[in-house]
Amino acid sequence: MKWLAIDTSTLVMGVALVDENHVLGEVTTNMKKNHSVRLMPMVARLMEELELKVSDLDAVAVASGPGSYTGVRIGVTTAKTIAWSRNIPLIGVSSLAALAMNGVRFEGMVVPLFNARRDRVYTGGYRFVEGSLKTIYPDSVLPIDQWLKTLTGKGPILFLGDDVSLFRERIVQALGDQAFFGLPAENISRASHVGWLGLKRWREEGKAETVNFAPEYLQLTEAEAKWLAQNQDGVNQNGSSRS
Amino acid sequence: MQHLHPRAKEADCLVLGIETSCDETAAAVIKGGRHILSNVISSQMDVHRPFGGVVPEVASRRHVERITAIIEEALHQAKVTLQDISAIGVTQGPGLVGALLIGVSAAKALSFSTGIPLIAVHHIAGHIYANHLVEPLRFPLVALVVSGGHTELIYMPEHNRFERLGRTRDDAAGEAYDKVGRLLDLPYPAGPEMDRLATKGKSTIDLPRAWLEPDSLDFSFSGLKSAVINLLHNTRQRGENINPADLAASFQSAVVEVLVEKSLAAVKKTGVKELVVAGGVSANSGLRQALRERCTKEGINLRIPPLSLCTDNAAMIAAAATFRYQEGQFADLALNAEPNLPLV
Ligand SMILES: [Zn+2]
Repeated sequence: MKWLAIDTSTLVMGVALVDENHVLGEVTTNMKKNHSVRLMPMVARLMEELELKVSDLDAVAVASGPGSYTGVRIGVTTAKTIAWSRNIPLIGVSSLAALAMNGVRFEGMVVPLFNARRDRVYTGGYRFVEGSLKTIYPDSVLPIDQWLKTLTGKGPILFLGDDVSLFRERIVQALGDQAFFGLPAENISRASHVGWLGLKRWREEGKAETVNFAPEYLQLTEAEAKWLAQNQDGVNQNGSSRS
Repeated sequence: MQHLHPRAKEADCLVLGIETSCDETAAAVIKGGRHILSNVISSQMDVHRPFGGVVPEVASRRHVERITAIIEEALHQAKVTLQDISAIGVTQGPGLVGALLIGVSAAKALSFSTGIPLIAVHHIAGHIYANHLVEPLRFPLVALVVSGGHTELIYMPEHNRFERLGRTRDDAAGEAYDKVGRLLDLPYPAGPEMDRLATKGKSTIDLPRAWLEPDSLDFSFSGLKSAVINLLHNTRQRGENINPADLAASFQSAVVEVLVEKSLAAVKKTGVKELVVAGGVSANSGLRQALRERCTKEGINLRIPPLSLCTDNAAMIAAAATFRYQEGQFADLALNAEPNLPLV
């Protein structure tokens, strides 16, 4: 089983080829540069280096968000087109879960986070139980202060992600010596983890994504949120519901 | 990889087209640059209607959801498989960048996984080639491209060669239609509603026509739009009412007159016998009628695509891609979406 794994959900762009037991190859960059230009050539180059043909691929795994809307869409569109055209399974994996994998040896909760702007973060709470990733708090987008309140008193917590530095003071203020931080290499996602999580889920659930697969944004678009708020008001005033 | 493929001859060439530049997710299969085997369009009009216009982020989300199923449907309806396809044509620009990226990403991934050559297509070239799907284009020709994003006069001496004769200096014609339609509280999309309303009114209100410099083939519609805004403002302040149908008819004649006269000036200047109209506004009944009358009078061969091919579709992209394919103009896997891609 050779899996292609793709993650373009943040500034990090990762491509990996994995099988059940090995990382066959992996490329990771962490820079402000166009994912749309670089992703496909990087996949092609890595496969060429590994002397793999497209027909050698057995499945595709992709980080499906949350993260940069445009970035996630590039990864998901690319991954699902390759999977569909080769008629092989596609598995979507949480971008936050993939980052949490960097804390696999930590005894406590692992909290990956990406900046979601306006003082909010995309985040979740994970824990490793017998080497398996368990979700304690599902992925969501929420104000950092509210999140830190939730995490208070929950034992030692490892915060992962390059964006953690933006909130480091507030984290320490809220959690004191219960807060732990990742090394630079632990703060960026690895596509091989996306591949590994995808493979694991495929083996456990055996269910691939459909052609309608779409990213997990965790947020409505601003336009939709505004529209909903306005129309919700309308409903309340009229006392009747729209059908 | 693509160099290993022997190039298919024009007549046998099967091209898959992909178009996601705005709010239609579209895929099509064209044979020989002309014959539509399938032309699948998933319109998002209902999705954007509550917002009164296309919301880029909403459009991008919808594209990524639909794109694979639409490509699959296009192949299915054409009764072909990926193995039969000679080339993949995709709209590179202009358009909404987030929307374009979905089509470009899908096309690149498809080209990578199958080894089928990738062709980047300019959206406006696609609109012009919509006419080729009806009857082969005859060169040299002048094309009037009018849509919500464009108002341009293009000279084509032969396939794949474009020279710009004129363009709008501010609003596109379709944009002016939409803005004025919104002032009249017409539902989205306001352009076609304006056209409908105009047929019920009389062109009784004097509105300005921007001819610009005597020799210029450029357009300007912002003055006309401002004139309508002022007119509505002043009459409302005086407590008077304006007949919206008459205003729509007057606005329509002002736009149409300029479009028609500039197009004919372009035809005269270049000495061509063919005038081709393309883009969403070419569905406008007032424009179609005025062009028909004037071209008949002047002995010019006028070509306007049927309504179904005026709006965005992937068949036109595949048609345009066919001729780039014939010239070996392939794109590589680093192809990027270009929201402001120039045609020339
Ligand atoms: Zn268009």
